[in-house]
Amino acid sequence: MSDDARAAMLARIRRAIADGAPRHGAHGVSAHDDAPALVRGVPLDAATCIARLVHRVEEYRAHVEVTTHDALPAAIAARVAMRGARTLVIPADLPVAWRPAGVALREDHALDVATLDAVDGVITGCRLAIAETGTIVLDGGAAQGRRAISLLPDWHCCVVFASQVVGDVPDAVRALAAAGSLSRPQTWISGPSATSDIELDRVEGVHGPRTLEVLVVRDARRQGAASSVIAAATGRPPASAA
Amino acid sequence: MTGIGTRPGRPLPRFEALAPARLDDAQLRRNLGKATATIRGKRQTVVDELPHWEALREEGRAAKAAVLAELDVRLEQLEARVRAAGGQVHWAPTAADATRIVGDIAARHAAREVIKVKSITTDEIRLNEALAARGIVATETDLAELIIQLAGEPSSHILVPAIHKNRSEIRELFVARLGQGDLTDEPRALAGAARRHLRAKFLSVPMAVSGANFAVAETGAVCVVESEGNGRMCLTLPRVLVTVMGIEKVVASWDDLGTMLQLLPRSSTGERMNPYTSIWTGVTPGDGPEEFHLVLLDNGRTQVLADSVGRQALQCIRCSACLNVCPVYERTGGHAYASVYPGPIGAILTPQLLGVEQADSLPYASTLCGACYDVCPVKINIPEVLVHLRGRAVERQAAGAGTHPYPRLERLAMRLAAWAFGSTTRYTLATRVARVALRLLGGGGAVTRLPGYGARWTAVRDLPPPPAQSFRDWWDART
Repeated sequence: MSDDARAAMLARIRRAIADGAPRHGAHGVSAHDDAPALVRGVPLDAATCIARLVHRVEEYRAHVEVTTHDALPAAIAARVAMRGARTLVIPADLPVAWRPAGVALREDHALDVATLDAVDGVITGCRLAIAETGTIVLDGGAAQGRRAISLLPDWHCCVVFASQVVGDVPDAVRALAAAGSLSRPQTWISGPSATSDIELDRVEGVHGPRTLEVLVVRDARRQGAASSVIAAATGRPPASAA
Repeated sequence: MTGIGTRPGRPLPRFEALAPARLDDAQLRRNLGKATATIRGKRQTVVDELPHWEALREEGRAAKAAVLAELDVRLEQLEARVRAAGGQVHWAPTAADATRIVGDIAARHAAREVIKVKSITTDEIRLNEALAARGIVATETDLAELIIQLAGEPSSHILVPAIHKNRSEIRELFVARLGQGDLTDEPRALAGAARRHLRAKFLSVPMAVSGANFAVAETGAVCVVESEGNGRMCLTLPRVLVTVMGIEKVVASWDDLGTMLQLLPRSSTGERMNPYTSIWTGVTPGDGPEEFHLVLLDNGRTQVLADSVGRQALQCIRCSACLNVCPVYERTGGHAYASVYPGPIGAILTPQLLGVEQADSLPYASTLCGACYDVCPVKINIPEVLVHLRGRAVERQAAGAGTHPYPRLERLAMRLAAWAFGSTTRYTLATRVARVALRLLGGGGAVTRLPGYGARWTAVRDLPPPPAQSFRDWWDART
């Protein structure tokens, strides 16, 4: 039955497009191969890139601050204290330096949803961030954990290295491809959970975390792999190169 | 009343029959006027920010047109990639096939309830009703979908289905239906009420149903954009995920997805990016659902694809910018279109999905002003398709199968016009006669009442007084 349905639909499609509209691709060939160059905005220099990310994230009414590698632990501790959080969930591979003292930390080893729902917040890293749109992209890679842990807690603190910041969405796609992330589960986050469903007024805070904090680390020390991947993928130096 | 139309297989109620009651509803017009003005302003601000916006639109149009021209290949590619990543792919030629597939999956898992992410495609196939008939409750989790589900009303806007309701109407509904008595009408408080109401369901319901904004053929990734986080909940927490996707939602490559993710949020909510975009490929052990089903839906789309003019309607990415700028939609609202696809895009999509004979009043629900074409992020030439569909409606009329109330009179008027426009002498004479007649009828001012059948036209509008001199007379006198 379902094979019949498949064959019938494909036959209808082939009849419908048989009028000679140009066909571009072939089986299994990526559109990258012969696609014309993508339309691009004005390239951003490194300093502008960071400034724009900060501005755009702030416009979503998320808290954002720029810090350094050495000051990061204190910055995380300060945000946790200001939030008054007592229990936090963290990805099992969260760097030790990011783990605040004085709060109960639950490493995620397949914690159940009730536990995730009960904690006060979560700390993660990210794969990259997009300056133009104020977006952080999580792909379940290093220091990020699975999707549920950055969803159920009401407070999400995300650490972004300057070397992870790309200019725009096409840069992000190329960087994700270069990092082998395209088939990983991705969550693109632009500000806290929000809705515009009531009189098209944007209100922050529905089902996802109602508070998002982004700590941007402007520092040369932790660049290495991430920045060379981004530079190779986008043909532009990463934002922290300056 | 969801779905395309009220009764499958029967013609839709006519637009001009449904519109007057909406035009008389002052509260509705205030709600719509305020909401569409807000969203138009927000869209313009973020579009003006990008100097390369027009080039992006062209890139979006080209990407969608190209994928439609090789849709068979791209769907087979998508299917292979999703299967390779542990997902299951189903092909649904009709709405009934799709709802049966989803119902069977729910039955196999003994699911008595499913949670849903906002999806117009599942509204189109009346999935909730079909599941209810099998004893399965479908709970909408998007705030606006929840509002209209609680109110028992159909959607009136692609993006904001409850755009016709204001905050105090929503508060009253929540107090009555969610039992949350101490609620204010602050949007923040209303959103909080929805959060409390749905939380337990997100944590316990074993199966979710979503639509898809895009699917990427080259890797098998499926993409859902949203704002509230209800989408992330549905896509991540339940054990079983079923995504129902119209076949036109596939894009060839990740580059194309990147283009769409720049065009959609700015056109839709007027944001640089929507709060949450989820992208997944098949199943990922230890992260998200253990079982993923992708249902590829035709339900009339191949019929649209076969029309070389009309197929551009399948480029639509459901942003709803065309609704927000349409002078007709802004005044009648979505319910006058009797379809889950209202507004300018609905006026070209609904008659093509159903067949023009089912909805031949919709191509006329437009002034052809072209504002919809100007804002469309994938450059669908909506006025061109409207005129094309009017032509098909008239052909049916000529074949004696149309639904025009005065077919012979219309034909006579058109023949007369064709005869008058056919020669300079006749045209000049006709305009002179018309000027004199209008001056007599209007007593020198606006004509407020035409005689005979014309009275139906002047019942809702005035004819401006004719100019003392025609352009041709002025031109002749000038030399």
